[in-house]
Amino acid sequence: MIDVLRGLSFEVRQGEFACLLGPSGCGKTTTLRILLGLDRQFSGSYQLPEDGSNRVAAVFQEPVLLPWRTVEQNVRLALAPRLRDKDLDWLFDVLGLSAMRSLYPSELSLGLARRAALARAFATEPSVLFLDEPFASLDERTADRLRRLLATVWEARPTTVLMVTHNLREALLLADRIIVLTPRPAQVHGIFDVRLSRDLRDAPAVDDLLLDFHQRFPDTV
Amino acid sequence: MRAGLGSANGASANRRMRIVLQGIGSVLPAATVALSLLGLGLIWSLAADLWPSRAFPPPLAVWRVLLKEAASGDLGYHLAMTLWRVAAAYVVAMLFGSVIGVLLGTHRRADTFFNPWLVLFLNLPALVVIVLAYIWFGLTEAAAVGAVAVNKIPNVVVTMREGARALDFRYAEMATVYRLGPLDYLRHILMPQLQPYFAAASRSGIALIWKIVLVVELLGRSSGVGFQIYLYFQIFDVAAILAYTLAFVAIMLLIELLLVQPFERHATRWRRPA
Repeated sequence: MIDVLRGLSFEVRQGEFACLLGPSGCGKTTTLRILLGLDRQFSGSYQLPEDGSNRVAAVFQEPVLLPWRTVEQNVRLALAPRLRDKDLDWLFDVLGLSAMRSLYPSELSLGLARRAALARAFATEPSVLFLDEPFASLDERTADRLRRLLATVWEARPTTVLMVTHNLREALLLADRIIVLTPRPAQVHGIFDVRLSRDLRDAPAVDDLLLDFHQRFPDTV
Repeated sequence: MRAGLGSANGASANRRMRIVLQGIGSVLPAATVALSLLGLGLIWSLAADLWPSRAFPPPLAVWRVLLKEAASGDLGYHLAMTLWRVAAAYVVAMLFGSVIGVLLGTHRRADTFFNPWLVLFLNLPALVVIVLAYIWFGLTEAAAVGAVAVNKIPNVVVTMREGARALDFRYAEMATVYRLGPLDYLRHILMPQLQPYFAAASRSGIALIWKIVLVVELLGRSSGVGFQIYLYFQIFDVAAILAYTLAFVAIMLLIELLLVQPFERHATRWRRPA
């Protein structure tokens, strides 16, 4: 047995967009899997927000759409009971999936499959949304477009988000707060608050944030 | 780089070619099958003319017996009896075989423990199971159907176990995260993944089951195609034996064409999107 995490402790505020940032293989994904209830080999405890529904949604590194169901059927698999068709239409529309509702996942590009996975996650109206490097293995342009889409949807359908990433730019673009982890075994190295409003975070602004971040954490990549 | 120039043209020509070929393709197999069967009938007819014998009737004689048996209602009755036994044994075998197979495929320790049992049952001759079933449970319908099912279950278990081992854990994790209920999990996650294995087990299953059903009928039932064949065997009426056999083969082919294949096409439609 290897300790992937040791004495890791952090808190995410209700309704905020938090990022777990750390080097590859430091235990970010393990942390997420524990919180999702997928990994039971751990000691310690965690508490998810209590808001009655207790619905959890996740977007993984791969979209994990069911290949035998169309995009719409995939999204409807775990639909929140009170979500109306109008809301669903809006979700498909804003994610640019309106024309693809009846396609099978094998007919989608990687980027579109990620959008479908995002649609499925938001359609459950989760009280927490976990994102595990959801834009990994996409080309930078597509990834960037999806990040902005995610920000748009999240602002219209706010919920608590915990995103795992090793991409600092991604974290600076999206997060309210960045929880910086040490290499394995992961511990909290420090917290970085991104004070800039999300709509002002264009490329130059993110560059400035990058400088700030490196001043605070000179030893991280 | 010059590669790819004119590829659009090539693609559309290719497509046109494929459409034409598909058009012929759907007619050609049917015509070939008809021609092939006709050829077999001709050779049979010629051979029966060359060596005339009561033990080797020409196709026309078989056809006449078939019509006579059909008119008297015997053919329909015995076909129906056999068919229902096939159906019952199929349902029982697929149900138990699938459940056991999936359990073994997902529980490693149980699999290691029960594997020797499985090997034993796989190698148990069908005849032994049938004879024992009749001795232990009497010459009853339940014993007959049960014996056939027991013969088939190990094959289903092996196929479904393979399917359960190939399950993609990511779908199960997705189901956990999104809190899918057990019924939804079964319907939307488990069954679609097992479907190809189920189809494979079904196909080989029906073929095997109906052959065993005939033996079961021969040994301990007083109805069904197997019983009739046994009856006509005792009076050496080959024409009647062939009439019953061919009638049943034809029915099994119809089931394959009208039931099994359309169902499979429906279940796997997502594999070849329009």
